[in-house]
Amino acid sequence: MTSRHDTAAPPAKGGAAPGRPPAGDTAQAERKRARLSRRWQRDMRWSPYAFISPFFLLFLAFGLFPLIYTGWASLHTVELTAPTDMTWVGLRNYTRIFDDEFFWNAARNTLTIGVISTVPQLLMAMGIAHILNYKLRGSTFYRVVMLAPYATSIAAASLVFVLLFGRDYGMINWVLNLVGIDNVDWQNGHWSSQFAVSSIIIWRWTGYNALIYLAAMQAIPQDLYESAALDGASRWRQFVHVTLPSLRPTILFTVVVSTIGASQVFGEPLLFDANKGASGGSQHQFQTLGLYLYEQGWINQHLGRASAIAWTMFLILIVIGLVNSLISRRLRASS
Amino acid sequence: MRAARTRTARKAMVLAAVVSLGAGLLAGCADDGDDSGSSGGDSGGKTKITLGLFGTMGFKEAGLYTEYEKLHPDIKIEENVIERNENYYPALVNHLTTNSGLLDVQAIEVGNIAEVVETQADKFTDLSKAEGVKPGAWLDWKWQQATTKDGATIGLGTDIGPMAVCYRKDLFEKAGLPTDREEVGKLWAGDWGKLVETGEKYKKAAGKDTYFMDSPGGLLNAILSSEEQRFYDASGKVVYKDNPAVKAAFDLTAKAAKEGLVQSQTQFQPAWDQTISNSKFATVACPPWMLGTIKGKSQPDAAGKWDVAAPPKAGNWGGTFLGVPKSGKHVKEAEALVTWLTAPEQQAKLFAVQGSFPSAPGAYGMSQVTGAKNEMTGDAPIGEIFAKAASSIPTQVIGPKDQIVQQGLSDNGVILVTQGKSAKDAWETAVKTIDNNLEK
Repeated sequence: MTSRHDTAAPPAKGGAAPGRPPAGDTAQAERKRARLSRRWQRDMRWSPYAFISPFFLLFLAFGLFPLIYTGWASLHTVELTAPTDMTWVGLRNYTRIFDDEFFWNAARNTLTIGVISTVPQLLMAMGIAHILNYKLRGSTFYRVVMLAPYATSIAAASLVFVLLFGRDYGMINWVLNLVGIDNVDWQNGHWSSQFAVSSIIIWRWTGYNALIYLAAMQAIPQDLYESAALDGASRWRQFVHVTLPSLRPTILFTVVVSTIGASQVFGEPLLFDANKGASGGSQHQFQTLGLYLYEQGWINQHLGRASAIAWTMFLILIVIGLVNSLISRRLRASS
Repeated sequence: MRAARTRTARKAMVLAAVVSLGAGLLAGCADDGDDSGSSGGDSGGKTKITLGLFGTMGFKEAGLYTEYEKLHPDIKIEENVIERNENYYPALVNHLTTNSGLLDVQAIEVGNIAEVVETQADKFTDLSKAEGVKPGAWLDWKWQQATTKDGATIGLGTDIGPMAVCYRKDLFEKAGLPTDREEVGKLWAGDWGKLVETGEKYKKAAGKDTYFMDSPGGLLNAILSSEEQRFYDASGKVVYKDNPAVKAAFDLTAKAAKEGLVQSQTQFQPAWDQTISNSKFATVACPPWMLGTIKGKSQPDAAGKWDVAAPPKAGNWGGTFLGVPKSGKHVKEAEALVTWLTAPEQQAKLFAVQGSFPSAPGAYGMSQVTGAKNEMTGDAPIGEIFAKAASSIPTQVIGPKDQIVQQGLSDNGVILVTQGKSAKDAWETAVKTIDNNLEK
């Protein structure tokens, strides 16, 4: 940035001054011009930094500082009731995580909830996008409807789902009863609770991903489909051989974004059980890493432990990111 | 000339941007407790006192603010209410530790008072020295709960929760049990085990349709509330694992759960609310405020079907304190307001409207308390019953993490027995959870 402005500056200095030599050119005017030009240079050099400073100042205050502070706190025993009262414990908060069965339970839950929510979600999104990609009456209406769950607050949606999944008076069990299946205790079962939490996530994010796929599909040239149709390809074959290959980068993008989202799942399980939310059910059966972090930090008030969990999650995310980029590079190379 | 002017203009703009950004950041760190437009605490020349409360404490509903404002024309009262204490308390701790964003008055729940007394006492004014406060006006144990070792009292008690047992007369009758409150009280007088035995009788006669009690957590809490020593000993050591009283309470509750006397519910959850509405249980451990909960969740036809009997042993469940943070804007005025709000006369008014039972014995003889009736319990003299229960509440040792221990025992413990776990496994799960939560 600055270097480009520096090359622009000299004409203003050297070019303008000799160009119109004023009558009675005094030493004072010369000094004034030199001062102005120095100011101009300083201005050119520094004002770009001032313009971009808002982002960096905000990032420093709300991004970098908390990150470093959390790292510092994770090396101490420190309680929320006295955050300035720190006792150095070195890496103990991290080493303890290795035999913290609650942490690994939460990690497993995060993984399983992530898989049973992300995979069906993306498949369904793809199907919906494919259908909406055809000429439809009122397609804008359907697109808006699809995005509506995404615009709903997690809190409102989760509370409705909690009622739907109620054991004794929930609508889902009522429907299951009609087809002869006994009441399922959605909140207290291991898989049933994870499935219920996943269904909230699926409901909320499918439309969002479908819109992304739809946008990418519309960028695929129409003549590819036309020539495929001329060759006698069915719609299914068109989807497999034209749509899917063209969508590869988009699919990768949604997989990465969904994976990151899934590893941070928090609101849905928290609200799925109004009383035991933070502990993820009475046997921690749907406690995710985000919930465990919250429970340690804000319910149990152990800031040091919570910070260590936060940093461990951060490292896990970095690993996931690396694996993702490795896979995507492979795929790009192969295509 | 023109170029120079644009340069100055640009410089001014940059400066303005940087300054406003900096100001914004500073403002972000500044006190957020005060609403804009009332900076300095003045609104229309009046002193505005703000209260931070949780749940429905009922001061406003009982008309106490209006009354106080009439008595003190230069005061204006505003409350800021957060629905659940689980959300209110972490925010309060945050504000206390950073000493910012505190309102003039902050409410503290009894489950948190020990922790606040132990760790945050220096942030509150000593209300025992406030004008017009008579320490003898409160129940002694209530006063002690908010008092530090050095004798500073950081909160004045509003209400307490003397516990009784509320029961459904119609369901008791169907099950062949007595319905008169004296006789019902005699069924289990002195022993929680007898309450469970009554439950067994009830279950035999009433069948599968209804349960004897609302939830395992409610029963466990009721038993533990009547114990002097629960999770901490007097020296502040965690003893819940080795305390025979806790294990006995857990085992008795687990027995009731195993036999299906309590239904598999957690209190104050939507599903639990629905079981009240559907009349699914016959008894519930019941401080006065629980009558309000029952009323709120019941169908209109349940009115008058309930009654209140004496508990096996007296205990306390619930109760709040009002504290005045030192960093508030109007400390003197806030102290005066808190003193007035918690005076016996006002506590009696609050009981009449809200069912919050007075923590000042001076109120027990007042007509609002002695004459209190409740729609749900027909003509039961609830004021007398609860006053009697209040007089024999033991002085309980409370600890800073009582809530975590109790929640672990009920939500990660006895509730599992209702789902088919053995009492032993349930206890182990609870202990593992609690120990992990307590470990720093």
